[in-house]
Amino acid sequence: MLQIQDVKKAFHNHKALKGVSFNVPEGIIFGLLGPNGAGKTTLIRIITGIFFPDEGQVVMEGAPIQGLRYEGLGYLPEERGLYKKMKVGPQLVYLTELKGIPHKEAKEKVIAWMRKFDMLSWWNKKIDELSKGMQQKVQFIATVAPEPKLIILDEPFTGLDPVNTNLIKDEIRRLRNQGVSIIFSTHRMEQVEEICEHIVLINDGQKILDGEVARVKEDFKKQHYRVRYQGALPADFSHSLDVIADEPGELVVKLPDDNSAILLRALADAHVQVKSFEEVLPTLNEIFIQLVTDENHA
Amino acid sequence: MHKLWLIIKREYLTRVKSRTFILTTLLTPLGIIAFIAIMGWILSYKSDDQVKILVKDEAHLLQPAEQNTKFVLDFANAPIEQLKKQVKAEGYKGLLYLPPIDSIGVSSYNVLFYSDKSLDLESTYTLRSRIKSKLKEFKMKKMGLEAAQLKLLKTAVTIDPEPIEKGGENRSSMTAVVASAVGGVMGYFMFLIIIMYGTMIMRSVSEEKINRIVEIIISSVKPFYLMLGKIIGVGGVGFTQLAIWLLVIPLIMFGANQFMGGSAEITQMSGQLPPEVVSEGMDKIYQVLHELANMNWWVIIPVFLFFFIAGYLMYASLFAALGSAIGEDMNDAQSLTMPVMMPIILAVYIMFSVIKEPDSPLAFWSSIFPLTSPIIMPVRAIYDTPWWQILLSMAVLAITVIGLVWLSGRIYRIGILMYGKKASYKDLVKWMRTK
Repeated sequence: MLQIQDVKKAFHNHKALKGVSFNVPEGIIFGLLGPNGAGKTTLIRIITGIFFPDEGQVVMEGAPIQGLRYEGLGYLPEERGLYKKMKVGPQLVYLTELKGIPHKEAKEKVIAWMRKFDMLSWWNKKIDELSKGMQQKVQFIATVAPEPKLIILDEPFTGLDPVNTNLIKDEIRRLRNQGVSIIFSTHRMEQVEEICEHIVLINDGQKILDGEVARVKEDFKKQHYRVRYQGALPADFSHSLDVIADEPGELVVKLPDDNSAILLRALADAHVQVKSFEEVLPTLNEIFIQLVTDENHA
Repeated sequence: MHKLWLIIKREYLTRVKSRTFILTTLLTPLGIIAFIAIMGWILSYKSDDQVKILVKDEAHLLQPAEQNTKFVLDFANAPIEQLKKQVKAEGYKGLLYLPPIDSIGVSSYNVLFYSDKSLDLESTYTLRSRIKSKLKEFKMKKMGLEAAQLKLLKTAVTIDPEPIEKGGENRSSMTAVVASAVGGVMGYFMFLIIIMYGTMIMRSVSEEKINRIVEIIISSVKPFYLMLGKIIGVGGVGFTQLAIWLLVIPLIMFGANQFMGGSAEITQMSGQLPPEVVSEGMDKIYQVLHELANMNWWVIIPVFLFFFIAGYLMYASLFAALGSAIGEDMNDAQSLTMPVMMPIILAVYIMFSVIKEPDSPLAFWSSIFPLTSPIIMPVRAIYDTPWWQILLSMAVLAITVIGLVWLSGRIYRIGILMYGKKASYKDLVKWMRTK
């Protein structure tokens, strides 16, 4: 779907992107992560065609988008805005038409989306009469109504209540199932963990991580296992183990070579009732912080 | 191209449909008319208070008194000192003493007015002109002259410009006056439109930047088209407003005239004037109309339209570039707009000098220099400015417009994405150069 090929971009003396490459396949929810100032917004602006890369190129469906606006792209910027004095319906139709969709068709699409979000009665309301959450929904429709093949969502959930957040999450997943690729940019790692299938982490203009979420977690795991139990363990129980955390009823142990049998056997011998036994995988948040701090110290 | 059209349509329709547009478009003509009416009322204001004056007329000029509403003149022949007391006792405004006239050879005549309060300007003027005309009648009688003879002595002289070459235009003494009036109105009008709609564009650009919609739009269209669409759309709004005004103002004027019987007032006014003055006035009006009809409109209108559109495009694009550089703080706009406003304001001042001397070097150079030519050249085109000058000015302006629209586009495309820091002209140059 989308290939970023060794993209470099500098502003005067500041190198915002130092050669970034990755692929976004079709029908995926793709996390584009990075700390503030990493170059995410610059990269997004290059994908949308707002900026030219100094070097490298962006290939969309096999064709480079040098200076062109790819019409199959929907973009929801982090700092978002709409024409405040314009009515909801006409504004959405206008933004959809700007993607090259004829007026009649654009109107049909907007009506369908507004009906889906139960918003049709807002058609003639001005944007500044709406609450912030409502504006967010309008903005989301503006992004998806033209039926883009690639959607870039920059912090799409800020300002939304849990109900609407779920509504939008469901829509994102539904679009993915239809084959739409979604690039999801956020700082909220729990959201990434929840909906992204693949992530790329950018720091200081460079890609420092690229992989499937499950794979990444596997790669960064520290062979920690957590046991929840009932009963009392013998005092010398942990002597032969590498204990990470020891609290009443809960024990985290590092097991070399993922040899969980050792621990299970010891627990059985100790006659405690095991409530749960699980491998502790690092959260993306931990990976993110670890990588970024390592990078910045290196 | 279709997207440009969409942008133009939106910029145009949202403005034309807005309440502000409808109100200003309808209220401005009413405002102008109200202003004219109030000015007329102020200028024609006369107090209804009668002025009572005691007169000792030893020259027999004002007797018998022609009473009118303004003055009440009472004649008395007692000694001055006694009359002064009478003034105080009977509440006169003052005592007017006209000394006797010895001979008809007097070239100046001193009338005395005794009073503690000074006489207002209008009363002084009215009394003086009445005494003057009576004095004239008195002298004519003494010399045995008839009014008709005196009229014979008066000869009107005009300097009528005639062309040297055959087939050149014939002009009258009114040509210059009418031309300068038309030129002044056109130039001033151009100035107003540029400032009004230029700042409208600037505000609209900075609004889009501040509420961040711009980033969504430019992910669909190139920034240049957004800028161009805005300039053309807002320009269309300007044209619409003008067209409505040109239609509505004469209609309202006509209606008001009918309704308030304005023509009656004019008749009444002219009734107070000697008939010769009235006919002279009518002559003037006919001359002005004649001159207006005789102007080569087939040159003036196309030239005006060209400079109007080109001048608008040039300044509108500059204002758009400035708008993109303004952040949340509108105060920043002041220091940035100054250098753009300066040439327009300067051009208006130069225009007044050009009206007086349309062929001076200042007129020539300022009508070629593209930042002032949109205001100066149409004014000069009214006079017989050589064709090559008009064409040269048009060419220079056209090239400048293309160049400046392009440069503004380069500033704009970067400016709309720059937040936070206050931009300076140095930054604008940097943005221009950015790839």
